[in-house]
Amino acid sequence: MRRALRWAGFYAFIAFTWVPIFFVFYWMVATSVKTFLQNASIPPLLFPWWGFEPTAENWTAMFAETEFWGTAWNSLVVAAGCTALALGLGIPCAYGVARWRYRGLAASLLLLRIAPGVVFLVPWFILFTKLGWVDSYRALILTHAIVSLPLVTWLLVGFFEDLPRDLDDAARVDGCSVYDHFWRIALPLVKPGLITAAILSFIASWNNFLFSLILAQSRTRTLPVILLNYMSFEATQWGKLAAASTVVTLPVLLLTLLVQRHIISGLTTGAVKG
Amino acid sequence: MGRVGVTAPPRAVTAPAVGEGAGRRLLDRLDPHAWWLFPLPVVVFCAFIALFPVGYTLYLSVHHWISTDVVRFVGFRNYWQDVFTSPAFYRAAGLTAYFSVVALGIQMVLGVAIAVVINRGFPGKGLVRTIYLFPMMATPVAVAMIWMMMYNPTSGVLNYLLEAVGLPPQLWLSDRRSVIPALILLDTWQWTPLVVLITLAGLAALPLEPFESALIDGATPAQVFRYVTLPLLRPTLVVAALFRSIDLLKTFDIIYATTGGGPGTASQTLNLFIYQTSFRDNLFGQGAAMVTIFVALVLGVALIFGRFRRAAGDLA
Repeated sequence: MRRALRWAGFYAFIAFTWVPIFFVFYWMVATSVKTFLQNASIPPLLFPWWGFEPTAENWTAMFAETEFWGTAWNSLVVAAGCTALALGLGIPCAYGVARWRYRGLAASLLLLRIAPGVVFLVPWFILFTKLGWVDSYRALILTHAIVSLPLVTWLLVGFFEDLPRDLDDAARVDGCSVYDHFWRIALPLVKPGLITAAILSFIASWNNFLFSLILAQSRTRTLPVILLNYMSFEATQWGKLAAASTVVTLPVLLLTLLVQRHIISGLTTGAVKG
Repeated sequence: MGRVGVTAPPRAVTAPAVGEGAGRRLLDRLDPHAWWLFPLPVVVFCAFIALFPVGYTLYLSVHHWISTDVVRFVGFRNYWQDVFTSPAFYRAAGLTAYFSVVALGIQMVLGVAIAVVINRGFPGKGLVRTIYLFPMMATPVAVAMIWMMMYNPTSGVLNYLLEAVGLPPQLWLSDRRSVIPALILLDTWQWTPLVVLITLAGLAALPLEPFESALIDGATPAQVFRYVTLPLLRPTLVVAALFRSIDLLKTFDIIYATTGGGPGTASQTLNLFIYQTSFRDNLFGQGAAMVTIFVALVLGVALIFGRFRRAAGDLA
């Protein structure tokens, strides 16, 4: 009996820590299915069918906008491009760091993780203006990759280092070149790491706000930036804003479910395993 | 170990293991160069996209920028006038410190407490960890928007809940005094789970013997935590504090989206201040001087923790 009570208390504690987490996401969805007036109601309407009838009007209004679809497409292209670039650069680099122990290179990538984004922003803006790249996918992909690159590289260095050294020795005795070892032996073995790196890189770019705010204009604006635009009208359309917030957040949460195991090492650039 | 020694492959004594033809021969020729070819793309990329901006920022910081083609050298005037003797800079630095230090303290204490309580094997542990990932992975701007609605002083749900339990309603983001605490609460919601998960990973890696001997010696749970868990956990906690403090100092998205630095300048942290100096006021030179000092501060904090971590690692 005492044991059962203790376990009940334990699960109650966990549920207690979950309440704020779920409430914010719940409020996001709940706001999106309320009308303008319902969202301004005092006191706030807490539960659907218990004070208000859920409506789809915010969602249909949002989906009817070509601007929304264009923006979502921009987000997708930039995040995919950034991921391809970060993986293309980061995988060989991570292999090199793990194999030849380039401490300096690894440390410089850590510096990239630490450096505030604003330090790059003005030079990029001036450079990309000169090149005519402002408001292009190119500028966004290149700059978003700077956030993904340290994350991808550090995560994969951990995976490559965990490969047994014997494999490498055996491969060389068999006349296997470095490239063969990299391409045919190491890469297939770190596949879980590659998937995690790809998804974390995608999320980092998808969520990126600061760089897109400056370097994207009307043609390449991404979802986080447009959220702010929904607000700038005289009377903020909270319902539509919440619907858009849900659309931005949902893919990220689904992707999180896929790679939950290694996210922490990604976020701490490999300083913590688990 | 020597780089060349490791890379020089024993030339295929037998037939090449895999592949044939010209492509194969090219790969064999490139093999001794693999050690620099592998990291080369990243080095080139970083030189173009990261090193150049840093150099250009330093250049801008000693110039008065009028337009891309009109730049006047002013020496250290930007540093002197807009950083070292500027009350606005000190105010922004103070706000940044206030926000970061308080948030770090709350998140560390809360995060470690939750981790220590839930650190045991139980059905559904994986699910708990997954749920904790959601706040920190969710798009910060989207989350900030929802908090902004909840913080609304008249129709917001938080004041409603406060009144429901008999507490006075707050002005949250709309008042100079409560805006930073409100932002701290938002950030704490989003990032405490990271501290929980890092601590859980650290706890899982601890040896069992010290705990067993402490129990045999009749230590109370509080004593075990204070004299066994905490010292053993120190390296992990330093890592958590390191990443949290760096990201707290750099916080931008949630502040820009909810308050834009307001009301007035009450939430204008260094990052916001620098951004607005550069892109609202178009003072690129002054902004560059500020950002240089800002980066130096962030690096300083990272170095302190790095040193601390080494010391903690030696102890453990």
